[in-house]
Amino acid sequence: MALNMSDLKPGDEHSEVVIDNLSRTQLVMYSGASGDYNPLHTDDVYTKEVAGYPGVFAHGMLTMGLTGKMLTNYVGDGRLTKFGVRFTNQVWPGDTLTSTATVTDLRVEDGQALVDLEVKTTNQEGSTVVSGYATAKIDS
Amino acid sequence: MADEVKMPVEGSHIMMFARSLLDDNPIYSDADYAAKSETGSIIAPPTFGRAVSQFDPDYHLRPRNGEKWFGSGKNPTGLDEPAPSTGGLHAEQHYEYHRHLKPGDQLTMTSKPGNTWEKQSKRAGLLKFTETIFEFHDQNGELVLTMRGVGVKTEKPVEQD
Repeated sequence: MALNMSDLKPGDEHSEVVIDNLSRTQLVMYSGASGDYNPLHTDDVYTKEVAGYPGVFAHGMLTMGLTGKMLTNYVGDGRLTKFGVRFTNQVWPGDTLTSTATVTDLRVEDGQALVDLEVKTTNQEGSTVVSGYATAKIDS
Repeated sequence: MADEVKMPVEGSHIMMFARSLLDDNPIYSDADYAAKSETGSIIAPPTFGRAVSQFDPDYHLRPRNGEKWFGSGKNPTGLDEPAPSTGGLHAEQHYEYHRHLKPGDQLTMTSKPGNTWEKQSKRAGLLKFTETIFEFHDQNGELVLTMRGVGVKTEKPVEQD
């Protein structure tokens, strides 16, 4: 269901837990679907002994994709016009992530009502793992 | 990534991609539901464009015949000494949707280099950033998706708290 301009105001928030206790299997699924087979995400032996990390960690794009799930649940299907993020901290197996969209602006461009959103995903310790923005078409 | 990659968009790939995000939204798998919805058909999730690497014959993060793979096999890395560095990490990703991708689209992705810059970091030493811009045109020559990625090479592994 699409959002309506008359129901929104700056500061409104939508929040969802997008992954609970991230599994290594989920990392394998994302590797297979996306085609990013970087061993940093599935190969603990390489990641510990060669790359020097505590173990495998999530693809940035998996975290962005999970964040996008929250966005499409909020703004509706096919409504996004822009979505961008910076990856600020790594995401590890066992993490539980919460994604939040906050309304920053409502505007009309070429007759189309739009909502601008600030986007953030945090882990169970409250650290931000992804921060960014999105814009979506809304009804007016 | 090759400069130009042909990417067919298929329903089963969209379904698997959505599953890999634990996204149960029927818009990604149920054609009957999608036909009655606002989009009129199955569409791809917002970050699907990055899966273009599946279709790049030269993609460096996929094991290929006749080439040594840097992940573990008998040894922690399949490459000869010296072992490779930590390689690259993903710093930023941006999407601009001109329209949403759907099954049956025959996309042509072209990429071009963007900016490069450096930054000193406490947790990973000198960071070298590289931007790449990817444009996806559909079977009618229309620009449907613009994607911008920023990769970072760290001097050392990122320190953990």
